[in-house]
Amino acid sequence: MRGGTSALTPNDFGVEPLSTWIGRVVGVESAPLPNALAAWECRNDRLAWLGLNADSFIDAVHAARERHGAARIAVVVGTSTSSIGATEDAYRALDADGRFPADNRNPLVHTPHSLGMFVREALALEGPCVTIATACSSSAKVFAAAERMLRLGIVDAALVGGVDSLCGSVLFGFNALQLVSPEPCRPFDAERSGISIGEAAGFALLERDDCGDGSSPRLLGYGESSDAHHMSTPHPEGLGAERALDDALARAGIDAAAVDHINLHGTASAKNDEVEAKLIARRFPASAHASSTKGITGHTLGAAGVVEAVATMLAIEHGFRPGTVNTRVLDPVCGPQLRTAGTAGAVRVALSNSFGFGGNNCVLVFGDADATQRR
Amino acid sequence: MSAPPAHGSFAVDAVAFWSPTLPGWSHARAAFRDEEAPLATPVKRPAPDLLAAAERRRAPDTVALALEVAAAAVRASGRDAQSLPSVFASTHGDLAVSDYMCATLASSPTLISPTKFHNSVHNAAAGYWTIATGCREASSALTAFDASFAAGLLEAASQCSADDRAVLLVAFDVEASGALASVAASVGLLACALVLAPSAGANSIVAIDWELARERVAAPAPRSAAARSLAGNAMSGALPLLEAIATADRGGAPLALPLAPSLALRLTAHALVATEARS
Repeated sequence: MRGGTSALTPNDFGVEPLSTWIGRVVGVESAPLPNALAAWECRNDRLAWLGLNADSFIDAVHAARERHGAARIAVVVGTSTSSIGATEDAYRALDADGRFPADNRNPLVHTPHSLGMFVREALALEGPCVTIATACSSSAKVFAAAERMLRLGIVDAALVGGVDSLCGSVLFGFNALQLVSPEPCRPFDAERSGISIGEAAGFALLERDDCGDGSSPRLLGYGESSDAHHMSTPHPEGLGAERALDDALARAGIDAAAVDHINLHGTASAKNDEVEAKLIARRFPASAHASSTKGITGHTLGAAGVVEAVATMLAIEHGFRPGTVNTRVLDPVCGPQLRTAGTAGAVRVALSNSFGFGGNNCVLVFGDADATQRR
Repeated sequence: MSAPPAHGSFAVDAVAFWSPTLPGWSHARAAFRDEEAPLATPVKRPAPDLLAAAERRRAPDTVALALEVAAAAVRASGRDAQSLPSVFASTHGDLAVSDYMCATLASSPTLISPTKFHNSVHNAAAGYWTIATGCREASSALTAFDASFAAGLLEAASQCSADDRAVLLVAFDVEASGALASVAASVGLLACALVLAPSAGANSIVAIDWELARERVAAPAPRSAAARSLAGNAMSGALPLLEAIATADRGGAPLALPLAPSLALRLTAHALVATEARS
């Protein structure tokens, strides 16, 4: 993000790959699951495992398990297609009776909760475990569901996250909707031509405010709403997105003027970016630095919520607001908030937008460690 | 460390139910009370009038089912659909759409239908519901495999308590079809919807106390012959609570629904004065 470089590469996924660019995680193919978890073998759970093993996250979860007990930690994860890639593989290798091949017949892999069950088993957690699947807002909404569980005392900690992996369903599905770009995606560019699909795993451990050493970023609020407009096109005036924004600001108890940074949904689809740019232009001061990180990662779909929540928290932690990579000339509908270049500077309050099919919207508000005291 | 108690309560303001042999809550309620038999001849899938005629034909089974019970529950609750956040729970989502997607990808991937693709998202029913009713409140869609009903109920109950407002819960699964049937077990169509309220009002049917308990429990077996006949559907985990609501006036033992391998959602349904009048 600091270097402003894109990780997108020409699509080489699957047979007869479409002419587009993808955000492919290198090395998934050569990273099998440990033997104890081998029953879960599939690209999505491999990616989940790679994510859990990054950044000492497993150690943090183990420590939380010691503090609270395994039954007091929820698993709330989001995905759009979960391990459907394994199901697609089975359909290309059906046996003579039209059944799944014997080596790809684990029912727990061919169902959307595969992700939640895998994470629960991999980390030996025993609290409530649920997979939220609201398309591209999935792993933003996990923060909202987990916050409610923490607030009500249902659990003392929640492992939230999201994983989506490259598969035929999304590459050819978005292609059918004419939303896939032939070039690396250029969010908010006047000549943007669609999305670049990516894959990712992201996780966070949430606890109540009085836990830890006080240095962690804070989830200050969340907003959720529905467009009530169309299954795959955003509301033309962004009414649903604005409602989620209003809900998020109200729950956080802050005004739009207090926002230093916004990680936008910014997919580089013609319609999303137009609607979102207008919303930002009419609601935020020019000082708010708004950008999309999808030119770096691609659109990681059901994982985008948590990936961009993590990017937002990194912006707070490191005092650096990323730019909008790949974008050359901003669409004239963009206001002064929209930035192509990254900039250094303190970030105290930052938002992350996630909007999905079905008109499903979620806005998260994060703050620095002192944010709760300032309110 | 003092763990806050994991318990709460809510009222049920309305129930809706649909299966091909029990196409409506009044029939299902009577059948769960052993007072009526399910239909001998199953009826065709519902055609919710919330959808335009063309959509009614084209909609996936999950969408038709979910909208049917959601509309019936909201109508019975006397509330405005636009005022209710919603939680849609389904074990597998639309298995027929998944079968179509995977079969088409295996044969001719560039011919995927854009409509089928956007209907393949797990929140398709939630999307159609909010579009059809003009509801801009939050909507969620979730799965927890065989604990999907319990997890959906916990999510709806926590929204209800956390924000002190009524919430619509819709739960459904459809028949496994195509090659997916070799790995996904689900027979027939089954859907139910509950309107949850933070506390009992004049319209409430039952009050429910819930708590999380660290115990390993098996899914409770349905008590009535009618409910047992639906046990093959992947959302059959909803049946014990629906039976408990249907028979709340007779008093009943608390239920323990498995939520995770060593965690149960304990539920106790209390009849309210209005129970009989509203049956």
